[in-house]
Amino acid sequence: MEASDLAVVARVKAGDHDAFRHLVERHSRSVFRLAYRLTGHEQDAEDVVQETFLKAFREIRRFEARSSFATWLYRITVNCSHDLLRQRPRAGSRPSLDDPDLGVAARLADPSASADPLRELASRRIDERVRTAMNGLSDQERSAFVMRHFEGLSIEDIGRVLDLKTSAAKHSIFRAVHKLRRALEPVAELSR
Amino acid sequence: MTHLSDDELVMMFYREGDGLQEVEAHLAACAVCRERHELLAAALREVDAAPVPERDESYGAGVWARLQPRLEQERLRLHWWNSAAAALTWPRLAMGGAAAVLLVAAFIAGRSSVQPAPRTEVAQAEAPSDAARERVLLGAVGSHFDRSRVVLTEIAHRNGGASSDISPERATAADLVADNRLYRQAAVRNGDAAVAAVLEDLERVLVEIASSPSPASHDDLARWREQIQTNGLLFKVTVMGSRVRERQQDAAPSRPAAKTST
Repeated sequence: MEASDLAVVARVKAGDHDAFRHLVERHSRSVFRLAYRLTGHEQDAEDVVQETFLKAFREIRRFEARSSFATWLYRITVNCSHDLLRQRPRAGSRPSLDDPDLGVAARLADPSASADPLRELASRRIDERVRTAMNGLSDQERSAFVMRHFEGLSIEDIGRVLDLKTSAAKHSIFRAVHKLRRALEPVAELSR
Repeated sequence: MTHLSDDELVMMFYREGDGLQEVEAHLAACAVCRERHELLAAALREVDAAPVPERDESYGAGVWARLQPRLEQERLRLHWWNSAAAALTWPRLAMGGAAAVLLVAAFIAGRSSVQPAPRTEVAQAEAPSDAARERVLLGAVGSHFDRSRVVLTEIAHRNGGASSDISPERATAADLVADNRLYRQAAVRNGDAAVAAVLEDLERVLVEIASSPSPASHDDLARWREQIQTNGLLFKVTVMGSRVRERQQDAAPSRPAAKTST
């Protein structure tokens, strides 16, 4: 049976630094997912993953288990993502290396492609709209929404991660959902 | 009938908060709110469709492989920190010197984490040993405290007159500010509040001196004297410098005994 996060943290605190590997292997994917949702770029998300675990290693002696290790790690991930977003231009204002339209354009030009390229193009357009809507959120709204909607964190935990009162965390989610709804309802009506 | 608020619909969608049963009952009875709720759900489903690049089970191992060299630097820093932890049992003020050594180690570890060490055999062969590096560091920090002490002493003993030429002290203070800031940040990072507090007091005075015109006014000099004397800043800087020097002497390599002719 795998040791719990708290047991592994205790080993790292006691000087068994190699035990940190278990925490990295266990949480890397969720940290990447959250970082990608927050930054919108694959390479940025990879950078955030590295910074997050480096900071977690540095700060682990201050982790007091008042929340779960995963929640504590999310807090670091969110902070690293915000730091990175502050240092770099917003996603919409710079070219993305993983531009989805490039792949679609290639398939449109390829008659042997098995997928329906027009359908895929429509799907890409919706993705673009979602991306634009997400970019319209403030860092706090976006973080609160991503953690509630995709990661399923409770509003209380989101408050802990963002250092907000529960009511403030809840209102960040409300604002985010209302903005997204306004942007996406026209698409949603079509696809119902 | 009072319809549900937008916020209640959001809470219902995420199934959070109190009174979900009442909201559900309302939705069952109210076509308008049901329609709004379905539209909200449909909009949020569009968000779900946004793809996230896949990472398979082996991803964590890859992250660890990339992370490990950087963690090694952190390990080194922690090792230095822990190896001198016994010094923390010294009286609080005397601890300053030992802690200064540690914070410099942290400082260097921080710098080397930014500039990864070359891994070639040649580079490794030419790299100074930890002991040699520590001696260099101790020398640098000792010099920092000595020069700071000289500036503080000169300013503290500047007497009378309407104004006084502080050009040499100002130039030295300007030179010391950047290093002092790095040492202070390292102390904060290592959780050594006592050393950080001394360095913060020192930095405040150095910054003021460095940014003041020369000749300095009588009021400026009086204020600096007060800052230097408050909390015994000059005394603490002197003790810290002295401890670093002692440590530097301890770290000096023992020389082979000179041959004597018989």
